[in-house]
Amino acid sequence: MADDKAAGDRIPILKMGEFLLVTIQVEMHDHLVMTLQDELTHSIVKHRARGVLIDISALEIVDSFIGRALGDIASMARILDAETVVVGMRPAVAITLVELGLSLPGVRTALNAERGMALIRQSLGASGRQVGGGSS
Amino acid sequence: MAVLREETLGIQSDADVVRVRQMTRELAVALGFRLVDQTKIVTAASELARNTLVHGGGGAALLETVHDGARRGLRLTFTDKGPGIADVARALSDGYTTGSGLGLGLGGAKRLSNEFEISSAPGQGTRVRIARWV
Repeated sequence: MADDKAAGDRIPILKMGEFLLVTIQVEMHDHLVMTLQDELTHSIVKHRARGVLIDISALEIVDSFIGRALGDIASMARILDAETVVVGMRPAVAITLVELGLSLPGVRTALNAERGMALIRQSLGASGRQVGGGSS
Repeated sequence: MAVLREETLGIQSDADVVRVRQMTRELAVALGFRLVDQTKIVTAASELARNTLVHGGGGAALLETVHDGARRGLRLTFTDKGPGIADVARALSDGYTTGSGLGLGLGGAKRLSNEFEISSAPGQGTRVRIARWV
C-alpha cells in the first residue's frame, strides 16, 4: 500500500569528511521528519561530524511542523558540537514561512550548498578548530 | 458561489496529510495560481490537515474549485469529530498549542488565506473553512 511505502521512505545521510550531507528529495510526511531527526543525531555522534548541511531545494513547502523540526535538528546538532546550515530554500517557501509566522530562529541558512559549506567551515575555523584535515 | 470541481479526502494518517497537500497543489495549478500563492494555499492546507489529524483525531478535507462572479478560487473545508475547541479566539493566537506543534497552525493558515471561518464547540468537533482567490 501507499502508506507502507511512504512509511518505509528514508532520507539518505551522506558522510563527506567531517560533514554530513542531507538532501531532502521526497515529500516530507511527519513521520519521516521525526525519523530524520533521530537518524541525523545518531550519525553526528557516530561519524563525529562537525557540520551538517541540509539541502531543501526540492521541498515545495515548509510548514510549521517541518520548520520546527529543522530548528530542532539545528539545536540538537549544536549540543552535539556540530554546525547546521539549511540551504536551497525556494523563494516562494521563504515568503510563505514569514507569512505563516515562522522565521526559523536558530537555523542558519545559505542560498546554495557551496555557500553553506563555506559558512560551516568559517564558523568552525572561527571557533579555533582545525578544519579540512589537509596538513597537520 | 458555484462549485466547479470538488474532491473529498479522508485524513487518518501522515500520508493523508501529504495527499491533501498534493491535491491542493493540483487544483491550485489547474486554477492558474502563481507559484507563491500555490505555496501559500498548500502550506495552509498542510497546517489544517495536520490539525484535523492530531487535534481532531482524524476527519476529512473537502477541496473545491469555486467560482464567485468574476473570481475563481480554492475553498478548503476541514472537518473532524474531535474534542472541539472551547476558546476559538485563544486557539487562533500564535503560540497557543495543546499538542507538540508551535501553535502557528490556525493563525498561520488564516494569514495564508483570503477568507477564514471556524466553527467549533467542546464535544462537537471542528470545522475550518478557508478560501484563496486566484
